[in-house]
Amino acid sequence: MTLTYFRGLGRHLLLRFALAAIIPLTLGAYSAQAQEVQVTIDNFTFTPPELTVKLGDTVTWTNHDDIPHTVVSAGKFRSKTMDTDNSFSFTFTAAGDYKYFCSLHPHMTGMIKVE
Amino acid sequence: MSHDHHHDEEAGVSRRRVLECMTWAGTGVLWTISGGVPRSLGLVDAASAAEPGLTFLQISDSHVGFDKPANPHALGTLEEAINKVKALQTKPAFMIHTGDISHLSKASEFDDADRIISQAKLDVHYVPGEHDFLDEEVKFYKERYGKGTKGPGYYSFDANGVHFVGLVNVVDLKAGGLGNLGAEQLEWLEDDLKGKSKSTPIVVFAHIPLWTVYQQWGWGTEDSARALEYLKGFGSVTVLNGHIHQVMQKVEGNVTFHTARSTAFPQPAPGTAPSPGPMKVEDSRLRSVLGIASVNFKQGDQRLAIIDTPLQG
Repeated sequence: MTLTYFRGLGRHLLLRFALAAIIPLTLGAYSAQAQEVQVTIDNFTFTPPELTVKLGDTVTWTNHDDIPHTVVSAGKFRSKTMDTDNSFSFTFTAAGDYKYFCSLHPHMTGMIKVE
Repeated sequence: MSHDHHHDEEAGVSRRRVLECMTWAGTGVLWTISGGVPRSLGLVDAASAAEPGLTFLQISDSHVGFDKPANPHALGTLEEAINKVKALQTKPAFMIHTGDISHLSKASEFDDADRIISQAKLDVHYVPGEHDFLDEEVKFYKERYGKGTKGPGYYSFDANGVHFVGLVNVVDLKAGGLGNLGAEQLEWLEDDLKGKSKSTPIVVFAHIPLWTVYQQWGWGTEDSARALEYLKGFGSVTVLNGHIHQVMQKVEGNVTFHTARSTAFPQPAPGTAPSPGPMKVEDSRLRSVLGIASVNFKQGDQRLAIIDTPLQG
């Protein structure tokens, strides 16, 4: 990003200014700090099992097991089968509690809280 | 012996239990002698002194397409298992496959599995595992193996006076739950068993165990109690499962529960690892934890003789 060229005192101010100018155009009403958050799957477990994110944030699940898994939240989102090292991302555009599970191994459960 | 051998029977050693222990003892001895199926059948026959009846084989969890460190050659070990079947002196009546034929439900995986399994030149009765329903349209399993079956693939048939029921407990799983049969299938089962003489030996086979082996790892079936309720009056019930990639047996009243080894990779004993994922063992040990099962039914015996034979050892 070109902003990294600015150094010293003015950097943060410039960064803020630049973001303030860009975000409303690209993300509309969503939070100015839209985040990319990771959930990992290791040993048939979602980590972290419960996660709080802000409206507009994107969560990416990545499967590190030698067995395929899925991420399913009834009526909300459903990943394809994720083989080893495959990922699935979902951007949350409505507040609420999203309980989800692996449809192959239903004892694997997790939750995303969207504020 | 590698069996986890539960006895949940009422107190007192029944004749049945003595016979069962003899069977296991015989099997253990045989493994040391040769590991060969025909010979082990012979010895077990001698131990229980009965006429040979129906013999069929169970293979399970082929996971064709699996290529991870626990076994980079799952297709190769399936072929070794089928070669063992081909070498049997006494030809079994048929095979059952208790699911996870493929690893990711790819057409090529099913093709490879069929190419190898068909070399046994035996009829194969399949039930699906959760790995067989992963294709986008969820149609390959039913198209290839489920002709004439109900719902996602359940059915029944008769052979030599034994009633076989293939069940599906890997679809429509609920968050936080175990395997699932569902109301529709349970109703069908109740109907299917209605009118059968209580002396008819019943063999039920399904992918996920129909008894709770280990809840924390999802090794059980949520609504299996209802299925077992329908099986209560029958004198001889044998439940054959896969999914957990290891031999386990439990006897409860008239019902013998048994799980078969995988031909692809072993999984850890309940609670002995952080997860039920594929277990890497030393290469030299792999074939001793993969294998097939042979089931022998003799007229008049309440319990079927089940012999688990590893690929090697």
